[in-house]
Amino acid sequence: MTIGLSHYLTVAAILFTLGIFGIFLNRKNVIVILMSVELMLLAVNINLVAFSAFHNDLVGQVFALIVLTVAAAEAAIGLAIVVVYFRNRGTIDVAEIDLLKG
Amino acid sequence: MLSALFFYLFAIVCVGSAFMVIAVKNPVHAVLFLILTFFNAAGLFVQLGAEFLAMILVVVYVGAVLVLFLFVVMMLDVDFAELRAGFLKYLPIGATIGLLLLVELVLIVGAWVTAPDIAVQSPTPPLAQVSNTEALGQILYTRYVYLFEAAGLILLVAMVGAIVLTLHHKRDVRRQSVAEQVGRTREKSVELVHVESRRGLS
Repeated sequence: MTIGLSHYLTVAAILFTLGIFGIFLNRKNVIVILMSVELMLLAVNINLVAFSAFHNDLVGQVFALIVLTVAAAEAAIGLAIVVVYFRNRGTIDVAEIDLLKG
Repeated sequence: MLSALFFYLFAIVCVGSAFMVIAVKNPVHAVLFLILTFFNAAGLFVQLGAEFLAMILVVVYVGAVLVLFLFVVMMLDVDFAELRAGFLKYLPIGATIGLLLLVELVLIVGAWVTAPDIAVQSPTPPLAQVSNTEALGQILYTRYVYLFEAAGLILLVAMVGAIVLTLHHKRDVRRQSVAEQVGRTREKSVELVHVESRRGLS
């Protein structure tokens, strides 16, 4: 059997769902939440590249490159915030991050 | 046939290790499983013909971002068992929402078709003649050069932001100030006194 576009989209859909599920499941640990966000961004990238490949249109890959850039920046800033927060409070429990009284 | 075999291999390992990322107890293992996920996603990209993005995924993502994750997980002395408390409390609601979302997404994937008379609007180079990397470079540095520059600016801002956030000077440590050293003059640093004999300086 041939592998079509919908196969790749299904894999991406499962990865995206696992990312959301991970946020629900580990809703105290910031690091695992950040990793779940990375999973969701990977799913988006798989979607973009799959559409780009099956439609012979390279713009999808250009956009996937931009998504990769933003994801790297987000991971760096997020981890920096986690490190600073841990230095100040001694924990990374999301439920205790309430200094801003949001 | 062989490509289908490899697709299923990459896809199954990818999904399985993604599940392990959110399910394992130890965050170090979670990061390692995330690395496995990204490697298999890179395999999927290679199968799709996006070699450049696959290599970027391995080099930049696994080599930089996930190693950064690994550093942070190992540096922070966190009691991860305590953070796991309430793991099962949110399992039902999470599973419900995740399942609903998955069903919706799969329904969309199954029911969706491309408009038949749609044409490629963007200036894609002839993909049969040039390699993926060359084709990507041909449009990235010409038509999408502003997007490329914006990506560079985003990385610059992220770099400066991360440094500003995490850099802190300890107050009691003496630091070298080059400007102060260079700005020293002879008049400010050397004093010539005429000491009379047997009188001392007091």
